[in-house]
Amino acid sequence: MADYTVAKTLDYKGLACPMPIVKISQVIGTVAVGDVIEVHTTDPGSLSDFPAWAKTTGQAILETKQEPGLIRIFVKRQK
Amino acid sequence: MSLDVDKTIAELKEKVEGMPGAENKLTMIVFSGDLDKQIAAMIIATGAAAMGMKVVLFFTFWGTAALRAQQKKVGGKNFMGKMFGMMLPKGRNKLKLSQMHMAGMGTAMLKGLMQRKNVASMDQLYDVAAQLAVKIYVCEMSMDLMGFKKEELIDYPELEVCGVATMLGHAKESAIQFFI
Repeated sequence: MADYTVAKTLDYKGLACPMPIVKISQVIGTVAVGDVIEVHTTDPGSLSDFPAWAKTTGQAILETKQEPGLIRIFVKRQK
Repeated sequence: MSLDVDKTIAELKEKVEGMPGAENKLTMIVFSGDLDKQIAAMIIATGAAAMGMKVVLFFTFWGTAALRAQQKKVGGKNFMGKMFGMMLPKGRNKLKLSQMHMAGMGTAMLKGLMQRKNVASMDQLYDVAAQLAVKIYVCEMSMDLMGFKKEELIDYPELEVCGVATMLGHAKESAIQFFI
């Protein structure tokens, strides 16, 4: 389905607003431009917060997968 | 002709750079000393910093008490200063809820709930704010009125005492201004 490989997987399960966004903003600069990070979170707010964060900071959300009790978000560093 | 174009561009550039709200910056006035509002302020501040914004917090009036360090003691205060010092919360962990404080029960319950739900505590939020270079200004006049001294404030990397003009300067440049 997806034609990308995940460079890094981050476990943000259990964290509440605003920590998932705070943490991804600190990590995004540590991977190469074009790399994809997979984020695991249980915070439902992340579903709208990650796209909002990506739009503002110029990064991309490739995909969001919702599973029972887990949200997986694929973030690509664009710049 | 080309000279005119250069001149026009230079003029426009100057105009745009001087426009209010041109900077990707949030200026927030933290007026309230209520725990709930202070938590909101810190969540918005750290969230904005994560969004890539510069963040400036201006603590004034009741808000300033949140910046007192619990452990620090300073002498040489006059009677009024001592009274304010006793009556106002000594730091961010002594703040009370604006509603349902219930002699401390409500506030303690909320803190317990925050911990269970894994919401960042005030201490964690301040740590994150410091990591993200959130700037804290403290209103000099409020401190003077309440007899607070700089020596009794928390150790925070970006903390400065200032007046209203400093805050207004930042607010004018900021895309977002909040008052809490």
